[in-house]
Amino acid sequence: MSLRDRLASGGFAVTAEISPPRGADTGPIKATAAQLRDWVDAVNVTDNQGSNVRLASWAGSLAAMAAGLEPVMQMTCRDRNRIALQSDLLGASALGIRNVLVMTGDHPKFGDHPEAKPVFDLDSVQLLWTLRHMRDQGAVLSGRPLNPPPDCFLGAVENPFAPPAAFRAERLAKKVAAGAQFVQTQFVFDTGAFGRWMAQVRDLGLHERCYILAGVGAVRSRRALDFMRDKVPGVQVPDDVYRRLRGVPADQTAAEGARLAAETIQQLAAIDGVAGVHLLVAGNEQAVPGILDGAGVRVDRDGR
Amino acid sequence: MTTRPPVPARPRLGARLAYRLQRALRPRIGVGWLSARIEASGLARALFTGAERQTKQDLFGCRMCGQCALPVTGYVCPMGCPKEMRNGPCGGVGADGSCEVYPELRCVWVEAYDRAASQGRAADLRLLHRPIDHRRWGESSWLNYWQGRDEGLWVVESGDTEHEGPSTNSSSIDHRYRPRVLGG
Repeated sequence: MSLRDRLASGGFAVTAEISPPRGADTGPIKATAAQLRDWVDAVNVTDNQGSNVRLASWAGSLAAMAAGLEPVMQMTCRDRNRIALQSDLLGASALGIRNVLVMTGDHPKFGDHPEAKPVFDLDSVQLLWTLRHMRDQGAVLSGRPLNPPPDCFLGAVENPFAPPAAFRAERLAKKVAAGAQFVQTQFVFDTGAFGRWMAQVRDLGLHERCYILAGVGAVRSRRALDFMRDKVPGVQVPDDVYRRLRGVPADQTAAEGARLAAETIQQLAAIDGVAGVHLLVAGNEQAVPGILDGAGVRVDRDGR
Repeated sequence: MTTRPPVPARPRLGARLAYRLQRALRPRIGVGWLSARIEASGLARALFTGAERQTKQDLFGCRMCGQCALPVTGYVCPMGCPKEMRNGPCGGVGADGSCEVYPELRCVWVEAYDRAASQGRAADLRLLHRPIDHRRWGESSWLNYWQGRDEGLWVVESGDTEHEGPSTNSSSIDHRYRPRVLGG
């Protein structure tokens, strides 16, 4: 069952994330995809995550498909202008990649090429709008017709916790109006704050027009915890979560992080309008079965 | 093209005064006529564009994209966002409202939301902004605005999928390309 069908059927969807390697080999992606394929509906393949050069997301997506796992191709606006972005959508669609996740992308300053030219010809809303236009109107931005138009299931991201808090649900509304059919959120550590954002999302009726997948991470180590709290843009780790994970011996942090993730999934699944979870566990894929077992998410993966 | 990189700027003109000026300077018969006259003369257009550049640079950190969003962004320039985002803030805004790329500066969209909301204009931020036309860097956006050429820059977020497409090229706006008066 595809991610789109899983969501349309009202099932609880689970997605995860793969960071392609820094190298000309799809082997690591295939190995990770094989590990994940019995547990998740689809896997995001990141697009030069954190502005660091990696194997291209379209190539990584093809590798995941070859390993039997449906990809969600991530597409940022950082490195390509509107010509290249439209061209990539056509290529991806022609090769069978259906799910496309659109984001503006991190600034080059944070990656391994801080001297690079930031493109940002379009922003995430404009790119969603453009891709939807290509699919539904069968034309590129210049007005020239597409034969045939691409087929795609369009996703967006949102950070419910970043200022201005009063505008974050409205911002999702813009993305939905532009074409987003599903959204994956930033890490949720504070389920109370997430619940308040979801109430605004429901007030705007967005949960009926867009599937909402809440981001869940599993903290692996004290170092990862500190990094996430202090260094990852837009992530907020509440004090009680920080204390809980620091409160266990260092060699127990990973197990406690997985327990916390499982509890978080249970809390999120109980929130009206949450269609699934997105596991932000790149590099820690072996934790996925334990987390989903702990959360009681045992979905029939159709014999995969 | 512009050579000055985008850096968040805090407007030096109060929100209330900015909206008052907006009402006073909205397109009207007289203003349209005057702006057409200014455009007709190369020298007048150069002088006017230079004055606009100086004024808006001092007040808003303007970079002369030529397609001014200020009237619907609380008079905070979105082209000062390091990612030049015209549809709202990215997900990397600090908990204190700081810009991810320049942590010592405030996110232009946090500032825009506060200023727009303070004047009852928060709904402006829901508008969908189309991609900009990069040929227009360096042009006078005031002349474009008074001549009615900016009308397609954004659309109301209607909530359905029937609103017009994202392209400014295919809409009804007049996009006759004119050479830039001052190199951007």
